[in-house]
Amino acid sequence: MARMKFLCDAERCIECNGCITACKNENDVPWGINRRRVVTLKDGEPGEKSISVACMHCTDAPCQAVCPVDCFSTTPDGVVLHNKDMCIGCGYCFYACPFGAPQFPQNEAFGVRGKMDKCTYCAGGPETADGSAEEQQKYGSNRLAEGKLPLCAEMCATKALLAGDSDQISQTYTARILQRGGRPQTWGWSSAYGE
Amino acid sequence: MKLIRKNAKEQELTQERSGSFKGASIDRRTFLRNSGLAAGGTAVTSMLAPGMMKKAEAASGGTTGGETETVRSVCTHCSVGCGVYAEVQNGVWTGQEPAFDHPFNLGAHCAKGASVREHGHGERRLKYPMKLVGGQWKRVSWDQAIEEVGEQMLQIRKKSGPDSVYWLGSAKFNNEQSYLFRKFAAMWGTNNVDHQARICHSTTVAGVANTWGYGAMTNSYNDIHNSKAMLVIGGNPAEAHPVSLLHLFKAKEQGAKLLVIDPRFTRTAAHADHYVRIRPGTDVPIIWGMMWHIFKNGWEDQEFINQRVYGMDDVQAEVAKWTPDEVERVTGADEATVKKAAQIMAENKPGTFIWCMGGTQHTIGNNNTRAYCAFQLALGNMGKSGGGANIFRGHDNVQGATDFCILSHSLPGYYGLSGGAWKHWSRVWDLDFNWVKSRFDQKAYEGNKSPMHTKGIPVSRWIDGVLEDKNNITQQDNIRAMVLWGHAPNSQTRGKEMKAAMEKLDLMVIIDPYPTVSAVMHDRKDGVYLLPASTQFETYGSVTASNRSLQWRDRVIAPLFESLPDHTIMYKLAKKLGMHEQLTKNIKIVNDEPYIEDITREFNSGMWTIGYTGQSPERMKTQQKNWHTFNTTTLKAEGGPADGEYYGLPWPCWGTADMKHPGTPNLYDPSKAVAEGGLNFRARFGVEREGETLLAEGSYPVGNELRDGHPEFNMALLEKLGWDSDLTTAERAAIGRVAGSKTNWKTDLSGGIQRVAIKHGCAPFGNAKARVMVWTFPDPVPIHREPLYTSRRDLVAKYPTYADRKSHYRLPTRYESIQAEDFTSRYPLILTSGRLVEYEGGGDETRSNPWLAELQQDMFAEINPKDANDNGIQDGRDIWLEGAEGARVKVKAMVSQRVAPGVVFMPFHFGGHFEGKDLRSKYPKGSDPYVLGEAANTAMTYGYDSVTQMQETKCSLCKIELA
Repeated sequence: MARMKFLCDAERCIECNGCITACKNENDVPWGINRRRVVTLKDGEPGEKSISVACMHCTDAPCQAVCPVDCFSTTPDGVVLHNKDMCIGCGYCFYACPFGAPQFPQNEAFGVRGKMDKCTYCAGGPETADGSAEEQQKYGSNRLAEGKLPLCAEMCATKALLAGDSDQISQTYTARILQRGGRPQTWGWSSAYGE
Repeated sequence: MKLIRKNAKEQELTQERSGSFKGASIDRRTFLRNSGLAAGGTAVTSMLAPGMMKKAEAASGGTTGGETETVRSVCTHCSVGCGVYAEVQNGVWTGQEPAFDHPFNLGAHCAKGASVREHGHGERRLKYPMKLVGGQWKRVSWDQAIEEVGEQMLQIRKKSGPDSVYWLGSAKFNNEQSYLFRKFAAMWGTNNVDHQARICHSTTVAGVANTWGYGAMTNSYNDIHNSKAMLVIGGNPAEAHPVSLLHLFKAKEQGAKLLVIDPRFTRTAAHADHYVRIRPGTDVPIIWGMMWHIFKNGWEDQEFINQRVYGMDDVQAEVAKWTPDEVERVTGADEATVKKAAQIMAENKPGTFIWCMGGTQHTIGNNNTRAYCAFQLALGNMGKSGGGANIFRGHDNVQGATDFCILSHSLPGYYGLSGGAWKHWSRVWDLDFNWVKSRFDQKAYEGNKSPMHTKGIPVSRWIDGVLEDKNNITQQDNIRAMVLWGHAPNSQTRGKEMKAAMEKLDLMVIIDPYPTVSAVMHDRKDGVYLLPASTQFETYGSVTASNRSLQWRDRVIAPLFESLPDHTIMYKLAKKLGMHEQLTKNIKIVNDEPYIEDITREFNSGMWTIGYTGQSPERMKTQQKNWHTFNTTTLKAEGGPADGEYYGLPWPCWGTADMKHPGTPNLYDPSKAVAEGGLNFRARFGVEREGETLLAEGSYPVGNELRDGHPEFNMALLEKLGWDSDLTTAERAAIGRVAGSKTNWKTDLSGGIQRVAIKHGCAPFGNAKARVMVWTFPDPVPIHREPLYTSRRDLVAKYPTYADRKSHYRLPTRYESIQAEDFTSRYPLILTSGRLVEYEGGGDETRSNPWLAELQQDMFAEINPKDANDNGIQDGRDIWLEGAEGARVKVKAMVSQRVAPGVVFMPFHFGGHFEGKDLRSKYPKGSDPYVLGEAANTAMTYGYDSVTQMQETKCSLCKIELA
């Protein structure tokens, strides 16, 4: 069975935020909710690195472990989904998540007030019919059911953000690392660590 | 709350899912395999499986009903030209899919490109024609608006002449609209017409065209795959052209070195192998500083210089003055850093040279661009795959709008404003030259020149055309009416004076999808009209990417609200002004809309100089439908209906469409025959100078029968060579009708001269050397001059600016009278500006897009920690920044090492605040952008290029204090 993952190649990410607007575009995510964000370390300094982060769809997801109403479930593809009908908006998942993925709307989002919202890997919701109007309204699009991958990764400006079966993306990434000669070549690397 | 056990739920889910997949008969694993490769892979694997598109339609079709149509378009935000798949259901733009099979972007998009579907919502658009009455916006009908605007223009024309109405056009027009707009201004009888190219790459076009013939990017984004070194100066493509990084990274991961020279440690610099920080405005010294090492170590390509370059000795003499010590004194970059940069470029060839606004927007912008050219010529990097001057243009169609010369100094195709140029275009338009002439002011300007032959006022200076005493302007009267058509005023400097100019005008007409800052920055109570134009997704036509490729956009949706396509508005206005019959003599009109394909065919029949003649609508449409057949590195179609052609038929695409020229992928590349896209430097500046030949020596494209340099072709030369016998009877007759044996390759309307020259392997424009010494310019060899508002008073004596000029593009232009004053005690910091990835230009469109606006909600200034601490400023606090001419902007402080101590940076996309005042209430209701902010250019100061009147936005002075 496929194990769907995201991988962000920090050597290529340029913090263009294309992944963020692609997500907004595809899922009609309202202002104030960010299912995906780009984190930049050492902004404006040598060694600056950016990485695009969303729900990482963990294998043993902490959000799932702490949820008091057990609204999380993992699909056979390894996508972590949550049921918005069951969610009580308590925020435990927000504390548990190492990536800051869960979002809590202040106004209404997808017609439901205060329920948690996060990246669905463009796989819709756990309980809704694939591609239904209800699913679109509550969770956003269901690209997986259409045989497509999350739009953030598909539209990435530099193909830094990879999505797909973990075997496949690790192959792609490994090929890149070998091509690059095994170490980052960015300015500042040699002054920091020597040649 | 009923708790459900996870395992139970999972089982339920699995069943549900497998059931639904079965129902939709989708083999999920196959799809995942395909799309996984697509997203993760690179060029080779990015083809969309043919079945996927249909499946997508079926799937989403099920949700809302109605067939999903997939429309091919091109992103409207920058010059990379990314392909877009727009999904449309019942006329509504419902989805946007990555175009993995598009040769430029392979499905990739930046924040702006990934959000273009928002154009289909257009919530903050200008929805109806509006008119300012007593300080209030009032909705009017199109008929009333056109009637009133036209009537006032005719009145102004009667009293002050046609030059008192200014036609400011747009790089957001498609090619057809650009051409029609320039023609429109000609029919009105003025050269007071211009667009954004003046303030983005005008110094590039002038500098580069005067070096080797054409003023455009020589290679392509894709060709960068072949580079071994990439030098980026005064550019931040990671934010301004993010998808170009896809191509740069491909080269980098194949081992190419990335070198960034910039005052800011940009997001592009963060990915560089070597970064050189310079003081703003010291481009010539850093380039000459690198060349000092190149000449000292014998790294130059002497054979290339001997064969193909004129004047390198003069450059070498100037370079000799730039010793490492002097370079460090002026630029701040030390010897080891500069030498390493030079060595990277010398040892990794071919290398490409990329520049943007950081190099062009200076009082010596034309010197900078020519110094860049000299660098590439010295290393022999020109006319080679992987080399070249890869000048990244800004707007999606700024290359096309420039080529069609929405410019105050030329007619379409860079024909200029001479009698011959007007006669050529009058022939193409099928109009009597004397009628065209009669449309202009009949008084003489600049001595005894007819206004039709004198350069008009450039966009950078329109405010002076309004405010300057009319006795000092070289035209009959001031500018009294301003048409701002697809233009953001906040992209221009001297905001306070612009406000005064807007208030002095009799009439302001703003034609745009958004109200723009022009609607609110003044305190007028009346005499302002807002006319809603459609975006490029609501019409169709061709668009030219930075690499000279023409792409065809299909219409995605019908015009929203009451907006109209720009060319329809042009026609309606022309009708009121009584010149529509001449404007569209050869163009079919349907419901007041000029037929796009007819406009394409008309410019095909006249744009001989730069080869916009072979790109017929049919050829462009065929390519668009088959964009997956083009190789993503060479851009050449491999099989399919466009076999052998280059994607977008990059100009010059010589001769008529029947000649089937494939387009020219890399300019001046002699390794291919001219008929197959090869070329050499253009013979544009004569054949000899002071006894020295200007023609190429021993270098010529493959198959050239003359096997050496040669002048440009005219009928007389064909006759002399005996090649005129190759002309057909029809071609011969057409040539006879123009000027007999004096007819040249630029004015021959049959294309016969071009065809025959190319048949014999020759470039129609001759085969000459590039010149690094432009004897017609103020500084023949590029030299350094300190900016007007310099931070380095100690350098003014050695590197002074120019003398003031009385009439430069009709206006007095100041240089030394400003530089003479020392502003540094009051304004101790250097002020520079640039772009953000989320926004474009003045930002009216992008700040009205909620997906983008959310990402950048505050206007800010980047300040080095040292300057922040010296001024008692902390990160995130509001500050006042005051420019050296006294204008103040209130912005947030962003304390960052990105800028050096002593330098402050501001992005220029914000608008809607003015000197601390929020102008939101002045927008027409519901048309205010989500995000407003101070315009950086409010605080930017005077300063214009000595050749093109480019504005100086990259080095001025300022002071900062806590607000």
